[in-house]
Amino acid sequence: MTDHAHTVPATAMQNHERIGAFIDWATRWRVLLAILFLAVFPWFAPYTALAVNILIFGLFAMGFNLIYGYAGMLSFGHAAVFGLGAYGCGIPIAKFGVPWFLALPLGVAVAGIAAAIIGWLATRTRGIYFAMVTLALSQVVYYIVFQSVPLTGGEDGLRGVSVPEIRIGPMQVNLLDPMTKYYAILVVVAAALWIFSRILNSPFGAVIEALRENEMRATACGYDVTRMRWLVFVLSGMFSGLAGALYAIHLSIVPIETLHYFTSANVLMMTLLGGMGTFFGPFLGAFCYLLLQDVISVVTTHWQLVVGALFVFLILFFPRGIWGSIIHWLRP
Amino acid sequence: MTMTATLSDTAPANVSPILSVREVGKKFGGFTALDGVTVDFAPGRLTSIIGPNGAGKSTFFNVLSGAFPPSTGNVLFEGRDITGLPQHAFARMGIAKSFQITNLFPHLSVLENVRVAAQATRTGLDLWRPRARLTELVDRAEALLVLVGLAHRRHQPAENLAHGEQRCLEIAVALACEPRLLLLDEPTAGMSPEEARQMMDLIVRLNAERSVILVEHRMKLVMGISDRILVLHQGRLLADGTPGDIKADPEVRRVYLGQSV
Ligand SMILES: Nc1ncnc2c1ncn2[C@@H]1O[C@H](COP(=O)(O)OP(=O)(O)OP(=O)(O)O)[C@@H](O)[C@H]1O
Ligand SMILES: [Mg+2]
Repeated sequence: MTDHAHTVPATAMQNHERIGAFIDWATRWRVLLAILFLAVFPWFAPYTALAVNILIFGLFAMGFNLIYGYAGMLSFGHAAVFGLGAYGCGIPIAKFGVPWFLALPLGVAVAGIAAAIIGWLATRTRGIYFAMVTLALSQVVYYIVFQSVPLTGGEDGLRGVSVPEIRIGPMQVNLLDPMTKYYAILVVVAAALWIFSRILNSPFGAVIEALRENEMRATACGYDVTRMRWLVFVLSGMFSGLAGALYAIHLSIVPIETLHYFTSANVLMMTLLGGMGTFFGPFLGAFCYLLLQDVISVVTTHWQLVVGALFVFLILFFPRGIWGSIIHWLRP
Repeated sequence: MTMTATLSDTAPANVSPILSVREVGKKFGGFTALDGVTVDFAPGRLTSIIGPNGAGKSTFFNVLSGAFPPSTGNVLFEGRDITGLPQHAFARMGIAKSFQITNLFPHLSVLENVRVAAQATRTGLDLWRPRARLTELVDRAEALLVLVGLAHRRHQPAENLAHGEQRCLEIAVALACEPRLLLLDEPTAGMSPEEARQMMDLIVRLNAERSVILVEHRMKLVMGISDRILVLHQGRLLADGTPGDIKADPEVRRVYLGQSV
């Protein structure tokens, strides 16, 4: 681009560089910046319960973004890992009185195992077949959970996932207070953000990009592509499962709808809205999507129509999503 | 009938071959693309495989590079039977290939293309350490870019490179796994004569440190640089020898009728 340097005035060039340096700086501190935003955000949200939902679905979309945005594999069955994370955390609490700090990792583990099984079958396929296999398997999960009434509550959902307060040493955290609950969940989300960012920056993060870019070349380089695809799927499932587990604690119940394919469609929309393959996009997507749903459903019961129209507009004119477009415009 | 080529006088019989191809055949449906080819490749050599369009060169190349297994016969690398091993195992063993059609990571930077390729065989599964701190890999990638003359383009996305530059990057990516055997399928495809000449110079330099098997349909290009030339025709080995032998071979002249040999 040296040819341009002669035609562009020096000040514009400096601005260009300044923006570039700023983006580099923001990328380096992206975890802290995201946490900072999420820490002040509930004070601007219409009400705190919505803020908690946005936090949890943002985390879910972040996990989904790993497989879809970063690795380029469209899973249409992520409701399965989100829902199983919720049930995997909720059942031990509701039925066996397991404390929350054990139930939370249990939920992640259940989601991880489910992702390992679903992924083992699905990662052998590509494109539309991958989407179909993940969708079919998530429907199988839905059916099994729906039928296992004694354990899961079936159609009525799982009730009694009550974690009214948590104790950490001498500290008592009252989860019945919405604001306190928000910050308790933010602590977990912050840890997830940090781990997620480390994975993206690691050598494996480079492999994920290579998978999205060119599988044939990655194979020729010596990567066992099927195994790598499986591993990304499991990781993505674990982050999504953590979101599900937090959702169970947040709601005190696990609705069967968590496993419904609508949930898979919702997380896809949030990710697209925010910007696939961007670090902060999924949270922004969850924010916009849930806020729109909330605001519009007050005015009209046909809120899905409005959201659908807006969605088509965005896909046609801003295919990079909100955050993706902002970064694209800024980047020199 | 099966043509059998033994090591010609271009390869001393006392060194064990780096690659042995035994009675290799390949059928696509009812069509026989390769028919009982047996060849030994001596280490350190630059061997070219030529032949008219549809001769079976790419099919042969794909069998050697592990893209698909042969229908019959075996391939041995350094004495070890590698027939039917998955593609990714080939790079790990020390066989690298470049594609006839440019095949890169288009949105990754030139440097990252080579770095991620080098990482495949050098770093185990690592989900934690920052990749920028693995300086050994970065240094290795930088050195390869200098070798193929792309160091000045290192921060560009691969898709921004000109065609000829992409062909060079393709070679650097292939070299990243430190292969002992480098397989190149028409590396000069779509290049200008000047670029093709530079590419041939590069291949000769690469051959100094590793064995090279080069597929090319333009006979003239490989005459000057090859230690040995194999001629494929209708899936069979038609001729095998030094460039001088091949030039003089009446069968080869007949197959390449109308082209100056
Ligand atoms: N996948 C395939 N299915 C069916 N036939 C094939 C397949 N691949 C190659 N062939 C046939 O096998 C024969 C050899 O093809 P191959 O690509 O090996 O030739 P080539 O020597 O590389 O030719 P070119 O110089 O055009 O690249 C051709 O007749 C081709 O049509
Ligand atoms: Mg060919």
